[in-house]
Amino acid sequence: MGEKIDPNLWSDGATPHLMGGRLPSGQIVFPMPTGDAAEGVEPYKLSRRGTLWSWTSQGFLPKEPYEGPGSGPGEGPPDFQPFLLGYVELPGEVIVESRIVDAKLEDLHLGMELEFCIVPFNARYDTFAFRPATASESKAA
Amino acid sequence: MSENVYIIGAGIHPFGRTDSRSGREQGVYAVREALSDAGLEWPDIECAYGGSAAAGNADIMVNELGLTSLPFTNVANGCATGGSALAASQQAIASGMYDLALAVGFDKHPRGAFNAKPSDYGLPEWYGQTGMMLTTQFFALKIQRYMQLHGISRTTLGRVAEKAFRNGTITPHAWRRSPVDLDSIMNAPMINDPLTKYMFCSPAEGAVALILASEKKMKELGADGVKIRAVSVKTRPPNSFEVFQAGISIEEGGKPTVLASKAAFEKAGVGPEDISVAQLQDTESGAEIMHMAENGFCKDGEQEEWLANGWTEIGGGKLPVNTDGGCLACGEPIGASGLRQVYENVTQLRGRAGERQVPGKVRFGYSHVYGAPGLSGVAILERE
Repeated sequence: MGEKIDPNLWSDGATPHLMGGRLPSGQIVFPMPTGDAAEGVEPYKLSRRGTLWSWTSQGFLPKEPYEGPGSGPGEGPPDFQPFLLGYVELPGEVIVESRIVDAKLEDLHLGMELEFCIVPFNARYDTFAFRPATASESKAA
Repeated sequence: MSENVYIIGAGIHPFGRTDSRSGREQGVYAVREALSDAGLEWPDIECAYGGSAAAGNADIMVNELGLTSLPFTNVANGCATGGSALAASQQAIASGMYDLALAVGFDKHPRGAFNAKPSDYGLPEWYGQTGMMLTTQFFALKIQRYMQLHGISRTTLGRVAEKAFRNGTITPHAWRRSPVDLDSIMNAPMINDPLTKYMFCSPAEGAVALILASEKKMKELGADGVKIRAVSVKTRPPNSFEVFQAGISIEEGGKPTVLASKAAFEKAGVGPEDISVAQLQDTESGAEIMHMAENGFCKDGEQEEWLANGWTEIGGGKLPVNTDGGCLACGEPIGASGLRQVYENVTQLRGRAGERQVPGKVRFGYSHVYGAPGLSGVAILERE
C-alpha cells in the first residue's frame, strides 16, 4: 500500500469510504470543501456502491500537474498507461468523478453497478477508483 | 433609454500558427484591419476592452497603436474574454457615454491540450495529479451520456467534423484548409472515447477586433453597420454539469448556455426560427451537437436527422452552423474565439463571405461561446 494521495480523500479502515460533505441544506457534495467553505459542512462517508453515469477513456499523456506513469523524469508518452474514467452516481448522494478499473471500454454502459476501491497510482501514492461490483459486496449492501 | 449599438468595423488576424508574431502583435494587426474596415484612425476610438488568456495584457497594444490616453480595460475572463469584451464595449455605447469603442481578443497557446492548475479553479491538488483535470475529458463525458440518452451515433460526431473541415477549405482566416473525409475522422486515434483526434479543436493563435458605434456615429460616418440586437453572458446556475467538476449534483440543474440563449432571444425579441446563420461553440464535435439543442435550434436527439440530411451545411436548407469551420477548423485561441464567431456573423450579414456566403436574405446572425468554469455568451446581430 502506498500513501494516500490526499489524507482526507477517503476514510481509513478495512472498508474505506470516499469522503464527501453534507451541507446545512442537506445536500451531499464531493469533495469535502476545505477552508472557509467547510464551515457548517459535516464530513460525510459516501456510499461504496453506485451506478455508471457516464464514461470515457484517457488516451494521451496529460500535461502537468499529472503525476502518473509517463510524467516522471526521463519518462514520456511511451510510459503512459491509458486509463478509463467516468462519473458514478451514488444513489441519493452525489455523482462523483473517478477512475474506472478492472473493466474494458466496450463493457461500460449506463447504469452499470460499480463499487469503490483503492488502487496504486504511482511509486508513492494510492488513489481511489470504482470497479464493476462483485456479487459478495452486492449481498452485503 | 439605451442607445442602439452597431458593429461598423471588423478585423481578423488569420488563425493557426504565426511564429513571426506574438499574440499581442496579432491583436494589433486585427485592430488595424478593423479600423481600416470602418474608415477610422486609432485616435478616433474613445474606449477599448480586450484581453487574452495566455498572451498578455491588451492595454499594452497602445504602444503600437498610439498613446491617445483612451481608457483601455483589460478583460481576463477565460473562454468568455471575447464575449465579455464585446458586452462591455456594447454597454459603453448603449449607456450613451461613448460613440466609438473597440473590443479585441487575441491569444497564442503552446501545442497540445490545455493544462490547468487545480488551485485556480478551487479544486484539490489530487484532481490534477491523478489526470482528471482535462477539458477534453469533460466534453467526452458530456457527449457520451448525451449519445446514450438521445440516440446520437458516432457517425454524426464524424459528420460535424467533416463539415467543419469542408467549411475551412473556403475560409481565408481558417487554420485547417484541407478537407478530411468521414472515414479518416472516424478511424483517427481516439483521444477521449467517443472523440477522435479530428473531432477536437486544437489550441492555436489568432486575433479579432470589432469596432462598435452609436447609431448617430454610424450615420455620420456613413459606415456599413450591423446592429447588435442582444448580448448575454451567463455563468452557471445551481446543480449544473460543467468542465472541471469532481462532483455533480444528483438533481439535474440548469445550463449556462440555455440561460444565455433564452435571455438573448428575449432581449432581441426574436426566436430560433428567425436565425439565418449560427456560430456555436464546437470545442469538439459533440459540443456543436449539444449546443444546437441547448440554444433552442432543435430538440434533443433531432441532431441525428439534421446532420444526416446536411441541414447545418451552408445552403443546407435549415440553419448553416459554423460557416467558417468553427473552432474545429480555426483552432482555439481562447481570447479570440468568441469574437471570431461574431466576426463571421458580421461578414455573413454584410454579404461579404465570398465562397462561404450563406445564400438568400441573411437577417439575423447568432453566436454562442462556452467555456470553463461554466459560462456562456450569446450575441444576436441583425442586418437592418
